Amino acid sequence: MLDRADDSAGSPPTEETELRPVAFRGAGFAPKTGRYASWIALVLALGGWQLAGSTGLVNSLFLPTPVATVNAIYQLALSGALWQHLSWSIMRIGSGWVLGTLAGVIVGFAIGLSSLARSVGITFISALFPIPKIALLPLLILWLGIGEEPKIATIALGVFFSTAISVYSGVDAVPRNLIRMAQSFNVPFHSIVRRVIWPGALPSILAGFRITASIALLLVVSAEMIGAQFGIGAFVLQAGNLMQTDQLLAGVVILSLFGLAVGRLINWLETRLLHWR
Amino acid sequence: MDLIADHITHRFGALDVLHDVSFTVGAGEVVAIVGPSGCGKSTLLSILGGLLQPSSGSAQLRGAPPPESLNPLTFVFQDFALLPWCTVEENVEFPLLHTALTLTARQSVVADALRRTSLTDFRCTYPKQLSGGMRQRVGIARALAVRPAILLMDEPLSALDSQTRELLMEDFIGLLADGSMGAVYVTHNLEEAVRLADRIVVLSRRPGRVREVVTIPMTRGERSGLQAREKLLTLQNDLWSLIREEAVDAEREVQHA
Repeated sequence: MLDRADDSAGSPPTEETELRPVAFRGAGFAPKTGRYASWIALVLALGGWQLAGSTGLVNSLFLPTPVATVNAIYQLALSGALWQHLSWSIMRIGSGWVLGTLAGVIVGFAIGLSSLARSVGITFISALFPIPKIALLPLLILWLGIGEEPKIATIALGVFFSTAISVYSGVDAVPRNLIRMAQSFNVPFHSIVRRVIWPGALPSILAGFRITASIALLLVVSAEMIGAQFGIGAFVLQAGNLMQTDQLLAGVVILSLFGLAVGRLINWLETRLLHWR
Repeated sequence: MDLIADHITHRFGALDVLHDVSFTVGAGEVVAIVGPSGCGKSTLLSILGGLLQPSSGSAQLRGAPPPESLNPLTFVFQDFALLPWCTVEENVEFPLLHTALTLTARQSVVADALRRTSLTDFRCTYPKQLSGGMRQRVGIARALAVRPAILLMDEPLSALDSQTRELLMEDFIGLLADGSMGAVYVTHNLEEAVRLADRIVVLSRRPGRVREVVTIPMTRGERSGLQAREKLLTLQNDLWSLIREEAVDAEREVQHA
């Protein structure tokens, strides 16, 4: 039989003493995104901008209004110029990104898994990664000619280094205990890579994709500004030269929307592939 | 199949971890390894399981493993080592994927392992959705799926709360009851050692040497009675007095490191 405590032990004191609530100290440090706040802020900013332009407070040559910018996009779409420029940019980004990513994933895995590749690869990547890749464009034009190849190669180079780094960092971050577990069951090397290291490194690889998508966008605009007739970068430069600022902003908005779409795609991939987190 | 630690010595750089450790784990025998913190218990288990090469000496096997065994030496890890992107069922199936078993045979083995560990209802759950105790059950189910001859358990209960530890200890006793499977059980918990083991290898502080091998003078089936529990408690106290001084020294060493 267990000895039971007196039932009154947990009751509040019977004496007439003043009760004070315990002060709550746990608030804050947990920011949340408001459902409507972001939209309201966006509408207010655009409204203010439109008002400043419409009332002549800001010269529309220096800062075209949102309505003028949307109108410029509409006209570009109607004339077919939008698709022409956009398709060239997408082709360059797509080709450069795919090439750079493929090479980066292969090299990143090699560095993550092989001592020889690690010894050689990290030295080269550390030395070459900080170089602004757009500075290599003239050299690449010299090597590859003045066609699409140097622009695609510039994007591929920019994407390659960041991808390789994110892949080998991801491989390094795979918990060693999972690899040892697989080894303890005599799981073959290729199966450990496929079933343990690849999924374990995927969060870092996808985070790398987000960065390389931005790099690709940055480099395509720069490369198109230097040497292209078509492409959003070329269009923005041309509009700037002709002081067609509404067209210029239209190009910037299109780039921004493109970046947002890529971000959404990566979010979707993360939701699909990293649902276990 | 016997597992033999044959004059195992190991160093990590200039640090001597194990020195000339020898003992044998017979077929179906449960051997616990105890000793002060940092005496090389987990290192010894890694060497016995082939995950670490000793500086000198070796781990040997004597006799053939049971024919149905797919992985004679199988680990149960302290941190469970579950693949977070796989469901319970996929985790248990993982070590079978590269074997010659057909899909139907694999499914049958997995279902049996899940049934033995009461995890059938959780087969589609991900590890993050499970409690610590349930995760360790998945680790045990995965180990059972390959029908091991000897389980190598590295403090399998130390990351769990006391109630879950007690429940899993009962599971271990049940799993090892028929003597078809042996085990090397590394623990710092002397109560677990005396309840589960047939013999206890007591290691000295670093570098770990075999200080004493204690045989528990009763079968696991005889250990549930009150009188037996008293005897085990006495044994546990004897073990504690054997390692207490060194455990205190080891603790001081850790604090000054």
